[in-house]
Formats: sequence, C-alpha cells, structure tokens
Amino acid sequence: MEKTTLFDKIWDSHVVRSVPAGPDVFFIDKHFIHEVTSPVAFLNLEKRGIGVKYPHRTIATPDHNVPTVDQDQTIKDKLSRMQVEKLRENCKKYGIELHDLGTAHHGIVHVIGPELGVTQPGMTIVCGDSHTSTHGAFGAIAFGIGTSEVEMVLATQCIMQSKPKKMRISVEGQLGKGVTSKDIILYIISKISAAGATGYFVEYAGSAIRNLSMEARMTICNMSIEMGARGGLIAPDETTFAFLKGKQYAPKGEDWDKAVAYWKTLKTDEGAVFDKELVFDAADIEPMITYGTNPGMGIKVKDRIPTTEGMEGSNKTSYLKSLEYMGFQPGEPVKGKLVDYVFVGSCTNGRIEDIRAVANFVKGKKKADNITAWIVPGSREVEKLAHEEGLVKILEEAGFELRQPGCSACLAMNDDKIPSGKYAVSTSNRNFEGRQGPGARTMLASPLTVAAVAVTGRITDPREVFNN
Amino acid sequence: MAYDKFTVLRSTAVPLPTENVDTDQIIPARFLKATEREGFGDNLFRDWRYDVEGNPKKDFVLNDPTYSGKILVAGKNFGSGSSREHAVWAIYDYGFRCVVSSFFADIFKNNCLNIGVLPVTVSPEFAEKLFAAIEADPKTEIEVNLPEQKIKLLATGESESFDINEYKKDNMQNGFDDIDYLLNMSSEIDAFAASR
Repeated sequence: MEKTTLFDKIWDSHVVRSVPAGPDVFFIDKHFIHEVTSPVAFLNLEKRGIGVKYPHRTIATPDHNVPTVDQDQTIKDKLSRMQVEKLRENCKKYGIELHDLGTAHHGIVHVIGPELGVTQPGMTIVCGDSHTSTHGAFGAIAFGIGTSEVEMVLATQCIMQSKPKKMRISVEGQLGKGVTSKDIILYIISKISAAGATGYFVEYAGSAIRNLSMEARMTICNMSIEMGARGGLIAPDETTFAFLKGKQYAPKGEDWDKAVAYWKTLKTDEGAVFDKELVFDAADIEPMITYGTNPGMGIKVKDRIPTTEGMEGSNKTSYLKSLEYMGFQPGEPVKGKLVDYVFVGSCTNGRIEDIRAVANFVKGKKKADNITAWIVPGSREVEKLAHEEGLVKILEEAGFELRQPGCSACLAMNDDKIPSGKYAVSTSNRNFEGRQGPGARTMLASPLTVAAVAVTGRITDPREVFNN
Repeated sequence: MAYDKFTVLRSTAVPLPTENVDTDQIIPARFLKATEREGFGDNLFRDWRYDVEGNPKKDFVLNDPTYSGKILVAGKNFGSGSSREHAVWAIYDYGFRCVVSSFFADIFKNNCLNIGVLPVTVSPEFAEKLFAAIEADPKTEIEVNLPEQKIKLLATGESESFDINEYKKDNMQNGFDDIDYLLNMSSEIDAFAASR
C-alpha cells in the first residue's frame, strides 16, 4: 500500500472533484465565522439570491472588534456595533449557531472551537482568519480563507483549493526549564523566515511536540501562518482524546469509541515522503523574542540583534527600515531594554494554561511601575476558570488589568491599542508595523517571558527571574 | 460575484520594492469595519501614505505623482499575514488590476484570483529588471498578457513567462468566479456530504 502522510489522508478524503489542470473542489466539515470577514459574504449571497447550504456546519462568534470592557452594554464604536449587529442578524436569518457577547461560550473563535469540542481530528476546518491554523493541533486540516471563500463555504460547503506541498518539522528532545511552545515556534520561524513555509502545509512531529499539552500544541499550529504555511497539524494522540472527552460537541458513548478508533488511524505512515523535512533539537531552543516587524525577526532573549553583514539591496533596506521603526540598532542586545506595555492574550496564548503560567510566575510579585499590564482571556470559559482557580486575584494583586474576552490588543481593531512609539511585549502572533496600534512597537514572546518583563519592566530572560 | 475580464493589460507601473509587505500594511485592521465592499482604496497603505494627522507623506510612492498605473510591482513576500480579502479590495478599489512580485503569500494570491486582480510571479532577476526600468523611466509601459502568460517590458521587449493554472486562467479571462462553478455541482456536493 502507498505510504501517505496524515495531511494526504485528510485532504484526499475531502476532495469532491478534481478539476482537470485546476484546483480540487474541497469539502469543508466545519466553518467558523466572525463579524469582520463575513458581512460581505452574506451580502453577496443575498445579491445572488441564494442561502446557506448547511447552516449547522457553521458556528459564529464576534471577537475581532469587540470591546474588552463593559461587554454587557451597547458597543460604543458605531462601525464595530454595526458589524456585530450584522453578524447577529445573519445568524438569525440563516439559522447559524452564535456564541454572542456575554454568553457562556463567547470568545475568540479559535479558542471556543476547541473548547466546545467542535474541532475534532480528521476534520477540514476553515474561517476567514489566517489563525484558523490553530485547530490543526487536533489533527485537522484547518486554514484561513478570504471573504470570497467564506461566501463559497456558506453557499456550497466547498472551496476550490490546489493541494499545497507537504513539510514535516520535527523537534526532538527535552525542552529546557522556562522554555515554552511559543519559544519553539518563534525559534522555528526565526530559522526558516516569515516566508519559509509558503506553499506548504506543515506537520509538526517529534518527541518535544508529542510531550506538549493541547494548549501548547495550539500555540504552535496557530503561528504556522507566520512562516507562510497555509496551516500546520499534529497527529492526534491520547493527549488529544483526553482533551476532547466530555466536551459539548465531542461524540458520546458508542460514538466516542468509534470516533477514537478512527482518530487513531490518523497518522503519517512510516516511510511516507514529504516535499521538505526539517529537524530541530529541543535543547537548542531558549526563551525567544522578536526585535523587528515580522515574526521571522526573532532571537534568543540573551542574543544581540543581527548586524547587516551579508545583506544587500532591498533586503538590507527593508531590514534597516524595520529596525528604524522599532527604534533599535543592528548588533545591540535587546535584554535590559525598557518596556511600556505587556499583553497576555490572543488566539495564540489566551488559553487557561497561559493565564496559569503567568499567574504562577507573578504570584507574590508586583508589576514594574513603568508597565501597563493587560491580561485578556481568550474566552468566557477561560475567564471563568481563571476566577475559579484564584488566578485573577493573583494577577490583580500583581497589578495586571483583567479584561473581557476578545482579540483585544492583538490587532488594534478595537479600543485596546498600544500608543505610538511605545514598546509592548506581547503573547500575540504578529509584530507587523502598526499591528497593535499606529506606531506601536511589538515584541512577541512567550507568556513566561511576558510575565518576567512585567515584573522587571525590562526585556528579561524569564529563567533569570525564577530564582528571585 | 463575477468580476472584470482580464486579457491583456498595458500600463505604467507603481514600484514598491519593500520586502515582506504584510496585509496589515496594505490595509490596517481599524479600516476593516465596513459591511460592504466599497471605498477601501482610500485606506490602501494607510499608515505609509498618511501621517497621524491624515496628511500625505511625501516620500511614499503612492503620493509621488511621478508614478501611476494599473500595475503594482512589489517586493518579495508580498501580502503575508492576515487573510483579510479587504487588502485585495483596497488594491482593486485604488485602481490596480495586476500585482507583480517575485514571491507572494498564499492566501493573498488566492484572494487576488478570487476577485479578479491578477497576481504575476516573476523571477527575482526579472523583478529587479522591472524596478530598474521603472526607476529609469517612470512612464515605461509593461504588458501583462494573460492568454500568452507573458509579462513584457515594452521599451526593450524583454519578457518572461508566468504560471497560472488553466482553470483560474479561464476564470480570469471570462470574469467567472468559483461560486458559479460550485453552484453548478450542487447535487454532487449533496451526495458527497450525505456520504460523510
């Protein structure tokens, strides 16, 4: 029998038709929508005079533009309010399940999907958001799409896609103390660049990946897009099944046993061939931070910003432009630099495990005076757990401001923005110019590093604060 | 929605050699709050084009009257990051019909094809030639010929072939979109869905 990869198995079983010299007609099991990339899709359906083909395969929540305070009140920003109201209207009209503001499972779309057990191994999942790759942590093919494609899925439950190439990235060995899955993915992206996996779908493998929790796996798959990959996935295993068991939409009883039996078949065959294979040693990975304006511009916290040696032409110009934006010099260390804001949250690191990590770290400590510290749970469920576990109390005593669930300061689309020229060390996924607000300077790092920065007020290697 | 047909485009071009231009630069998130697909061109490259007071920044290429045209020649890894189709809507609404780069991000490229903006991938060498030619003469014309899959510098005749799959090429030439195709196979999709 032909040896195939996990990706092939899922992809091939979802091809309705292959267009000669064209893409595949690709069937979508689950579709998530939010308020920003769906309204035009619904509008176009209306213009065409067609409806939603399978409403039960789509789930909605408002997350991008929502305020993270006073969510029980009317949204003040008129345009944001209109988008959220449009989403409500469309969900009602077409019979789509909506997890609205203030309800038990409201949250960032990529946090609530797994939380509800909607996300399951072997599925194809899309959403008009590039971080849909998060769901790949469950052994699903999940990726972001544009609004035209949102329209296609609503209308036909299919999109036209050419099959990407396959890459396997293995991380072998034991992670050091203070090193998290965020550091793994920032390390990989720094090695292969922000475009290093463009054209590929990535499978993450190796002992260091298998040893990670589901939350940590989601962080890795989430940032696949930041190296250009369409998505990333991890073969499901006992960790995956344990996470899903008992979740609202997870199969129950006999169906559960059947599902697990199927899920266990979802793995890459020994000897299957990838278009590209990369192997990293977990022992080489240390706490990471970005210093530039794309996620590939990352270094170990202890290292210096690379010099321009060997760069020329537009490559060098772009590099210097990026450092100028950040207010950094080539060759200087980042450690010790003063920081203004820390942000813990987003679909990358806004889950309960992330909040626990930060709370454990800052317990009994205080944030530095120069720091404004925001902590934004990825969902109501995360918020609820954080209260129940006493984490909120710890964080508030440390001087953190807890906000309500949403995308918040990850993308400067709502009220949570970093002011121009200020430095934010953030657990989110993108350090693009202006990503957290016009002129804002973002440095991406793990929740642990962010916690260390909050306490010291400066760029800090979390391992150096552990002993204090 | 069906869109403009694309066959042969002859135009001057706007050069933007910056590498890794992400979709947050093409259109920042705070301008994604519309519920209709109109007017996004005004905010194309907003924070590079205007200062905080809304005054045009003189050194940005879209504010330089020397350069104009329906073709945007961009640096390597153009369109990375967010999947927001609004980025392509902004490019289209501004008046571009074709984007040329030596390397495109995947989702951006798909989004272009889905609304009828032709993404043309050229070799890094040819991209350099285009930048040099535009710099030497901002009025130099470029021909993008979709039927022949060729991009040509009209002044010198230098040209290069580009790839596009037959299905998408056909769609672009006829102004068809994927939904037209998918709606026509509705019963086949139903049968597939029922088998799952």
